[in-house]
Amino acid sequence: MDILITGLLLGGTYALIAVGLNLQYGVARIMNLANGEMLVAGGFVAFWLYTAGQTSPLLTVFLVAPVAFALNWLIYRFMLQPLVKRSKTRGQLETDSILATFGLSFVGVGLMLAAFGGDYFSYSFLAVPVEIFGDSYGANRVASFVAAVVICGALYLWLNQSRAGLAIRAVATAPASARLVGIDVRHLAAIAFALGGAVTAVGGALISTYLTLDASTGVVFTLKALIIVIMGGVGDVRGTILAALLLGIVETAVASLIDPGLTLAAAYILFLGVLLFRPQGLFGKAPT
Amino acid sequence: MQRRPFLKLATALAVAGTIAGAASADTIRIGAVAPKTGGLAGGAAVTQWPTIALWVDQVNADGGLTVDGEKMMIELIEYDDQTNPGETIKAVQRLATQDEAHFIIAPYGTGLNLAAAPIFARYGYPQIAVSAITDQQPELSAQFPDMFFTLGTTSALAEDAVKILTDMREAGQLGNKIAMVNVADAFGIELATVARERFAEAGFELVYDTSYPLGTQDLSPVMKAAKAAEPDAFVAWSYPPDTFALTEQAIIEDLDVQAFYTAVATPFPAYGARFGAAANGNLGAGGVNPDSEAFQAYATAHQEVTGVAPDSWASATTYASLEILQQSIEAVGLDRAAVADHIRATTFETVLGPMSFANNNSNEAFWTVGQWQDGVYRGVAARGRDGAAEVQLKDGWGSDS
Repeated sequence: MDILITGLLLGGTYALIAVGLNLQYGVARIMNLANGEMLVAGGFVAFWLYTAGQTSPLLTVFLVAPVAFALNWLIYRFMLQPLVKRSKTRGQLETDSILATFGLSFVGVGLMLAAFGGDYFSYSFLAVPVEIFGDSYGANRVASFVAAVVICGALYLWLNQSRAGLAIRAVATAPASARLVGIDVRHLAAIAFALGGAVTAVGGALISTYLTLDASTGVVFTLKALIIVIMGGVGDVRGTILAALLLGIVETAVASLIDPGLTLAAAYILFLGVLLFRPQGLFGKAPT
Repeated sequence: MQRRPFLKLATALAVAGTIAGAASADTIRIGAVAPKTGGLAGGAAVTQWPTIALWVDQVNADGGLTVDGEKMMIELIEYDDQTNPGETIKAVQRLATQDEAHFIIAPYGTGLNLAAAPIFARYGYPQIAVSAITDQQPELSAQFPDMFFTLGTTSALAEDAVKILTDMREAGQLGNKIAMVNVADAFGIELATVARERFAEAGFELVYDTSYPLGTQDLSPVMKAAKAAEPDAFVAWSYPPDTFALTEQAIIEDLDVQAFYTAVATPFPAYGARFGAAANGNLGAGGVNPDSEAFQAYATAHQEVTGVAPDSWASATTYASLEILQQSIEAVGLDRAAVADHIRATTFETVLGPMSFANNNSNEAFWTVGQWQDGVYRGVAARGRDGAAEVQLKDGWGSDS
């Protein structure tokens, strides 16, 4: 029980890291390697507002989300759309966007270094125990898990119930056909990219309440997000969430039952297993 | 890399600068290579860079270094090695050959210092290493005669931590059960290996002993398992992010121990700021004597010039290494071999007290263990340094637990 809850809490963290990238990659077709930098930037804003004005990170997210949305929309509009326009195949766009966002990640690290310096930003927020079924857990982790549930649930509902969500799913499934039925693919891709960025930055703000970040830790999160997105299946929110929870539970179980030193190995064995037996990901559709 | 055009420009400027410099000969070029990005950037941003900035600021405010009776201003040339040994080597090489630096400040981190040692040696630069803690000092100083060590050895750090716990047990303050964890990285593994032997020799029982990978995002399983083993003391050979994470988990789990030790970053100001009263009684690697006037003057100047506080361990040692460089240059001039000989032969007055390198090029007076006591991090164990405070019992996690 203890392992299950700890694992779920960690899985919630992973979901926050990965869901944004899934939107960006699944819909906008941008493999965003600067994802981690957006996360760290969100975390920094939370740190800054908390230390400067005691603003709760749970409130900060309402500021971070629109700002990150706007920023990511601009990034997509001015930096990535030219790539989308000129690329003839999906493969070419992927190569171009990987290179472009790889560069962007360096710019992100550089800007954050210049603005905030290289020091760790770490603060104590809700670092108090909460009792669940007789065991204690960090309140900040529980809070961020709840937020993850809310964000992922809202995304899932929006994608599956609303008209805009339907259109976004259409773009994710078949961009060429979506255009034929009157969907503005370009506009929607920008929205999805911006939304993905906003979710990632919000995730960063929440994660900063219990992880110690610095300007150059972004790449760690990008890698984790990549693994989860690929494991879950590109373009499906359910797959990402499931993969994130699975990873969290497996890592925790291995750390508690076998040895904490083997968590990384366990994560990669899981990843390998998924790649071997379901290369399209848990919820991905087999390429036709 | 897209730096090439920039590099060419920089080289052209450097050449022009050298010509102009040769005419006036009133600046001394000092190179600095350390992480500004990558895994060790957070530590270097606390310990290394601000102290270098402070030293350059102070020397230049004073009119420069006195070389052969003439004042020379310092021109600092900084490179980011991205916590990548290959980049460290390239940057040191560039400083030696293209920038023609007169002296190069030692890099940050054990691995990066060792990686750069052959390059320092090849170009004949003395390397006064600070954040390079190893038991290989005799071998290294034999291989690289101009490499010096200031911060102590792995064994001393681990042994003194064990000794503190042993003393507490002898005084009846501590039981016999230890939970020990370490980060699975060179420094953590080396410390844990030494500590494991010493704990066994001292008759302690290791009720929990495990390692976790560098960059582990959730250490709560580790802390839960440690707690379940019901230890009397908790010891972690940890790196900065995990030092923070383990302490937070201990607070959340309300780990009931009489001694709590985490290694690197425990003396960082951010640690005290983050945990406040809950940090009281926490032991950590290294220390200073915060009551010494020299340290207080240094800390005040550090705050004024850089806007941040120094850490309570390696920051001051970094400053001492620069004082040693300064005193040696002022004594013998710009001849690097003469400076290295001077360092070997002299006892220096530094912010930490006297420092010399008689045996194996190693400073043998250094702090090994410290403790947060009422909001101040105080050294509680040292080799050859006075002013160690009494160790206090860890008494819970403050009001909020």
